[in-house]
Order: sequence, then C-alpha cells, then structure tokens
Amino acid sequence: MSDTTKVEASEPDAPDEPTLLEEISGVGTNWRNAVLVPALAILTALIIGAFIIAVSDVELLRLWGEDPGLAISETWGVVSSAYAALFRGAFGSLRAVSETLTAASPLILAGLAVAIGFRAGLFNIGAQGQMLVGGMSATIIGFAFDIPVIIHLPLALLGAMIGGAVWGGIPGWLRAKTGAHEVITTIMLNLVAVQLIDYMLTTEAIQRAGRDDPISKTVQVSARLPRLLGFLERSDLRVHAGIIVALLAAYAVYWLLFKSTIGYEFRAVGRNPDAAKYGGMNVVLLYVAVMAIAGALAGLGGANQILGIPEYRAAPGFAGSIGFDAIALALLGRSHPLGVVLAGILFGALQAGGQQMQASATTSIPIDIILVVQALVIAFIAAPALIRAIYRVRAEGGTGQLTQGWGS
Amino acid sequence: MELELRGITKRFPGVLANDSVDVRVREGEILGLLGENGAGKTTLMNILYGLYSADEGEILIDGQVQHFGGPGDAIAAGIGMVHQHFMLVPVFTVTENVVLGVEPTTFGGRIDFREAEREVTEISRKYGLEVPPAALIEDLPVGVQQRVEIVKVLFREARFLVFDEPTAVLTPQEVEEFFGILRSLQEAGKAIIFITHKLGEVIEIADRINVLRRGKIVGEAIPGQVTESALAEMMVGRPVELTVQKAAASPGPAVLEVKELVVVDDFNKPAVDHVSFTVHAGEIVGIAGVQGNGQTELVEAITGLSSVLSGQVVLDGLDVTDATPREIHEAGMAHVPEDRQRSGLVMDFTVAENMVLNSYYDEPHSRGIVMDWPEIGRSSTALADEYDVRTPSVDVPVSNLSGGNQQKVIVAREFSRAVKATVAAQPTRGLDVGSIEYIHERIVAERDAGAGILIVSTELDEVMALSDRILVMYRGRIVADVRPEDTTAVELGLYMAGGQP
Repeated sequence: MSDTTKVEASEPDAPDEPTLLEEISGVGTNWRNAVLVPALAILTALIIGAFIIAVSDVELLRLWGEDPGLAISETWGVVSSAYAALFRGAFGSLRAVSETLTAASPLILAGLAVAIGFRAGLFNIGAQGQMLVGGMSATIIGFAFDIPVIIHLPLALLGAMIGGAVWGGIPGWLRAKTGAHEVITTIMLNLVAVQLIDYMLTTEAIQRAGRDDPISKTVQVSARLPRLLGFLERSDLRVHAGIIVALLAAYAVYWLLFKSTIGYEFRAVGRNPDAAKYGGMNVVLLYVAVMAIAGALAGLGGANQILGIPEYRAAPGFAGSIGFDAIALALLGRSHPLGVVLAGILFGALQAGGQQMQASATTSIPIDIILVVQALVIAFIAAPALIRAIYRVRAEGGTGQLTQGWGS
Repeated sequence: MELELRGITKRFPGVLANDSVDVRVREGEILGLLGENGAGKTTLMNILYGLYSADEGEILIDGQVQHFGGPGDAIAAGIGMVHQHFMLVPVFTVTENVVLGVEPTTFGGRIDFREAEREVTEISRKYGLEVPPAALIEDLPVGVQQRVEIVKVLFREARFLVFDEPTAVLTPQEVEEFFGILRSLQEAGKAIIFITHKLGEVIEIADRINVLRRGKIVGEAIPGQVTESALAEMMVGRPVELTVQKAAASPGPAVLEVKELVVVDDFNKPAVDHVSFTVHAGEIVGIAGVQGNGQTELVEAITGLSSVLSGQVVLDGLDVTDATPREIHEAGMAHVPEDRQRSGLVMDFTVAENMVLNSYYDEPHSRGIVMDWPEIGRSSTALADEYDVRTPSVDVPVSNLSGGNQQKVIVAREFSRAVKATVAAQPTRGLDVGSIEYIHERIVAERDAGAGILIVSTELDEVMALSDRILVMYRGRIVADVRPEDTTAVELGLYMAGGQP
C-alpha cells in the first residue's frame, strides 16, 4: 500500500498525489473510488453502530457472562429490531418517506452550497450562516407583503438567495482581495449571523406582536411552499415543494459545473489556480462568484425551513445544525450534485428513522446513535486510506499511464 | 570493493519500470548510466538507496547480498546519493547541513561544532571541494551548494557515490569544475554512478557507459569507442536527428518589443533589470542563462501573468504592458509556460478540457455560457492527431499522459492558431529525445509560418540549436546579444556566469 503511493509521487510525469482535501472532498478522485469509498464507509459505520447498540445495553452485557449463546441471539434481536425501526421510520410508510424528504431538502441545498465550493477549491464552512441570513430574508419578505402566491413565493425564495449570496460573497471577496482564508471568515460570519438573527427577532418590525421571546411574525400563506401531499388531507404528511426546489437546484448546479463555461472556470480554478490565470480567467471574480452562488444555495436551504415547515416563522436556531451537517454531506456525496442528493436523502432518512427508532417501544434506542453513525460515516470518508485498508481496496485502481508507458 | 545490482525487476501498476537490470561498479570507476526521462534510471537508484524494494533481484556489495529497509541501511552500507534537487536547509550553515542527522556531540549531547567544522574542512581539502564552512546555504551559488551535497555524502563515509542528473543546474564552467571533483573522487578510490541523459558529458567523464531504455539495459559502451549518435540511437531505440534542421531565417518587421522592462520579485528586488530586446517576425530569439537569473519573471511579465514596475511590452505595435493574459492571448501571443504541470495544464482535466484552456469562452467551443462539448471533442481529437499526442482518447485525464505528450497538448493548443509572437519557456524540459525532436520541428515550422518566437531555455544546446539570435541573461540583465554562428558554448557559458570573454 504505502509502497504504491510513494511510487506515484516520485515517478516522473506521474500525476500529483491528490491533496487530502481533494481526496476527502472527492473532487480529484475517479468514479470507482467516488462510489466505493462512501458505500463502504456507510456500511462500516452501520456495523460499528450495531456494536455500540449492543454494548450499551446493560442487560445484554450481563447475559454474555451467563449464557453466551443466548446473548448472541438476544444481541442480534436488539440490533436487528433497532435497524428495522430505523428503516421503517425512514421508508416504511408514506409518512416515513414524507419525513425523510422533508428532512432531506434543506440538507441537499446546504450540501450543494458546500460541494460547489469544494469544486472551486474553496472550503465553505459558512453554509450555516448563509442559511440563517437567507432564511431571515425569506421570513421578512414572507410576512411583510400581501401579494399573490405566483409573485410572493418566488420573491421570497429570490430574497433568500440574495441574502445568502451576500453572506457567502463577503468571504469570497475577502479571499480574493486580501487572501483571508475562507475557512476563518466563513466560521466568523456564522457567529455574526447567529447574533444578527437573534437581535433581529427581538426588533419591533420582525418580532411577533404580543410576544416577549424572540420569534418572528408568521409568513403569509401566499409565500409558503405548498405541501405536496396536501390533497390527502393528512396533517402528518409534511413533505413540501422544498424537495422539488432542492432537486431543481441540484440539476442546476450539475449543469452549471459541467455544461457551462462558468462551471469550467470554477473547476479550473479549483484544481489549478495558476493554470486558470494562465488561461485568462479572472480568479478574483471567480472566487466571489463561487461563494455567492454557494451562499444563494444555502439561503434557499434556510428559506426551506421557514416557508416549508409549520409554524412558518423564524425562531433562534431555525437552521438547526443543517449547515454543518452539509459539510459532512458534501464530503459523502463526493462534491457531485447527484452524490449530494443521495447523501441528503440518506441523512434525511437517518434523521427520520432515528426518531422512529427512539419512539419504538421495543427498541427505544436514543436518537444519538444516529449522530454516532453519521459521525462515523464522515470519519471514514475523511480517512479513505482506512476504508481501503479494511476492505483491501487498491488506491486509485490502476492509474498507470494509459499511453505507451514510458517516453513518448 | 564492488557494488552490483543483479537482475533487478520493479513493477508499478501498468508499467515495468526495471526489467532484470544488471549494473556493476568498481572501486575507482565512473559508470555512466544513460537513459531518457522515464527509462527507469531514478527507479533503479531509488531501489539502490533503499527507497523502494525490488520485486526481483538483489544488491550485492563485495559479493555479499544486502537488504536495505530504507536509506539508513544504504548509507550504513556506504552508499551516498546526490539528488538532482538538493536536500539542504537554506537557513543553516554549510557545516550545519553537512552534519545534520549525524552531529558529532560532546558530553551531554551538545553539538560539537568545532569538531564538525574541522571535519568539513578536512573533507573539502582532501577532495578539492571548496566550501565555506560558516556560510549560509542560501547565500551560495548552485555549484557550491552541490559541493556541499557531496561533502555531506562523504561525511557519512560513502564509498559508492550516485549522482542523479548532477549537471542539470550548472553552467558549462561549473560542469568542468564538477568533472574535476569527480576525477579527484575517482582517484581517492570511490566508485561512482553518474546518471544523465546528456550524451557529451557521459562520453567525457565515464569509464564505462550503460544505456537504459524502457527499464532494460540495452547496451554497454566504452567512451572513445562510441559516437554520440550511436549512443543516442541506443537510448531512443531508433536513429535520431541530433541537430535541428532549419533554413536561414528571413526576419520581417518587429512583432515583440520589450523596452527597458523592470520587474521586481516578491522581496521588491529587481528580478528583471532594464531589459530591452526585439523579436522580429520569422525569427527565433533564444534567451540563455542559468536558472533563476530573471527569465521566469521576464516571461511572466511579457505574457501578463505578473505586473511590471516600469518599461513597456509591445506586441505588433500594440502596447500590452500590464494587459491581462486574455487580452495578450487575443492580441496574438502564444505562450508555452515554463512549468507545464504547474500552470500550463489542469492535470485532472481531460485532454479535451485542456485543449480549450484559453479559448473555451468563445465560439466554436461555447455559445454564450453553454460549453459545446461535442464540438470540443471533435476539434481536440483533430488537434491530438495533428500534433501526434499519443492518447487513447481525448476524454482521458491529461495526468495519464507521459510528459512528452502533455507538452504536445500545450504545443497543440498554442500553435494551432495564427499568432504574431510565441513565447516558449523551457519547451522541452524533461522530455524524451523523440518529443524534443518533434517540438523543435514545430517551433521552426511556426517561425517559417511568420511568427516571431522567443525561446527561454536553460539548456544551452537547445538555445544554440534553435536560435537565430541568442541573448544571455544574467542577474536580470541581458549581458550578450550574439548570433549562434559567431559564438561558442564556452563563450556563452562565460556570459552566463557573469564574466566577459
């Protein structure tokens, strides 16, 4: 293993070793690794999760000393019923699917915001802040106007995109003009956004009348994302048009990255800024553009949480930790729009299923186990060498020179 | 005392880097190991130095089989390696660098600098390796840094010395000095392996020559009994043209004028110091010079990659001083950059994507902001065919191509449109003889099509073979402007070293 990697680095004309960020974000890897490593990471995480479920059950541990045979079957029973509940909660019913998709849509949008940054060589940690600012913009537009839905909803979404774009564009501009690293500036702007939202929620213009706690006015019906299964007249089917917005955004990002000149520039600057400059691209402008687009996507994710989820209003922390989960998600999705959609649905499923697993009388496994599984997935994605070692997958399978090897 | 590599075979995914290679070198002998880039020389030496383990074969010293787990074992066995890129700490003194890792210590682990300095002086006296023990590495010229590397190896009591392309960074005069050092090492009974791709040098210095091609020893020769062209044929596997065939130039009007150009480096020191010259249509002007004398900064300023402090760059009557790279490109300048992997290519992009790196934004490659990938595929395939880029398809990442083919991608991109001037920096660095031949032909064809061409190269042979006029750059200034037929390599070497013939 180590021998092969060393070789690639020092042979003349061998491709450069991908940097760690390139490798874990999946930008520089081939198709085989892009699919295999995440799949194996998920599998490994679920296996370790099962182990944790087993050892965290005191009754089971005692049984191991008394009757190992029984303990094995009991352990199997606990783990399998836990994962069965997880699966049921994620995909087992119409309501489960609805919950999965509801959770997935903001994750996908924020995940795209991180992924497009990776593609352009930028590490956007600021999806959280961009979501908050975008969501707040949508809130204000949502309650302030009384106009037809055909104008109001697009306007609210557009406002969210602009809000997020501004919040994302600032670090891009700082990076391009001053060299300030976007990791630092986006983290700082996250903190600024949290405080800004808290403050805004207590101002008279935004705070709900008659309330002392920081909570916004309710968004008008005309600005809400319509519920997709509303015609079934069941209040528990929360899935709304946000998932459609997310899927459209994913396609738009795909098109932008791989079919347009702008995406070509993003990818060039991400993979080799010197070559991009040589090719006549405006690197300064590109950094700002990438971060603004990323911010717009995250802003849409924020709007999702306001315009799509009852009670249709903003409260502190309305973005949860979605903006941070998005980083994990973009890594899992290998920074490809399709990968982000799949990873978003997986994370949504884990979240929806985790609640079921916790609620289920037979298992009552705490939802925290889901966080453990998610964290393990990311740990394994971030340590691809570990996954390859466990499953004996060769690195970058056979990247020998495809032409006649040596010389010309 | 004898070192032998016996039946060494090393496989990498998809390639056989060394194929049962046998090499021997004896006390007091200089073995020349000749081969093109990618022939497997470096792999073989890395096996000898314990960096890789061979799949088959063994290393013997005086008939004893050796097992090297790493460079430490190889050093302990008396093997010393002087790498092409020096492994020195710039802010340490010569002595500190020499003893690094094996410092002589006094009681309590204190480094005994007096003892260290004494040993360094002794070694340098014994082998005629003049080094100032107390000087900082960063203040020393490259030739002296190389001597420090040699002292370092000798300090570790190496008996077998391996030099990997040692002359690549030296001026002709420094090469002569270096050969003097090699001879004194030889007299002292060291066994020396001298790795190179330069035919003349190996004939001059080696006692015996092994030629490596595609991982195999394809021939052995004794200097004096073999000609350069015979060696070249052995190295490449077919007869090669060692000189560039070109008709006399017929210079037209001036197309590239550089006037009193001043460029400063990162430390605000002038890297290009009031440089003026003119390139005419249908003429190749070569800039010779040792690396690091301002050539890189000059090219970057001309092509718009960096800004100038003062002076002017005029392209066919149009002032392009401080214009953007795109403006200069559109005004009719082609640029083959010095470091193809760092700035000429996006290594993970496909051949097709790289072919449009500076024209992607315009028809026919795109319409508005929509890339026309089918069209790019078609035109790239045609270019790859025309410029002999050996690739299974244009949808393969350019990183999978050999260096020669990567360079051909750049040449195809830059030469495939009509331009007024072409700036080519180190156009053949690190390439195999076949690709060098091809690229030289293309450059001459470009000249004959009426472009003015500026070649910047640290390979004096290349500058002399290609140029219709030669400028020598030293410490940011043009110190000579001569015609190749009126000068010699020795004279140019003196200019390159800052002297006056």
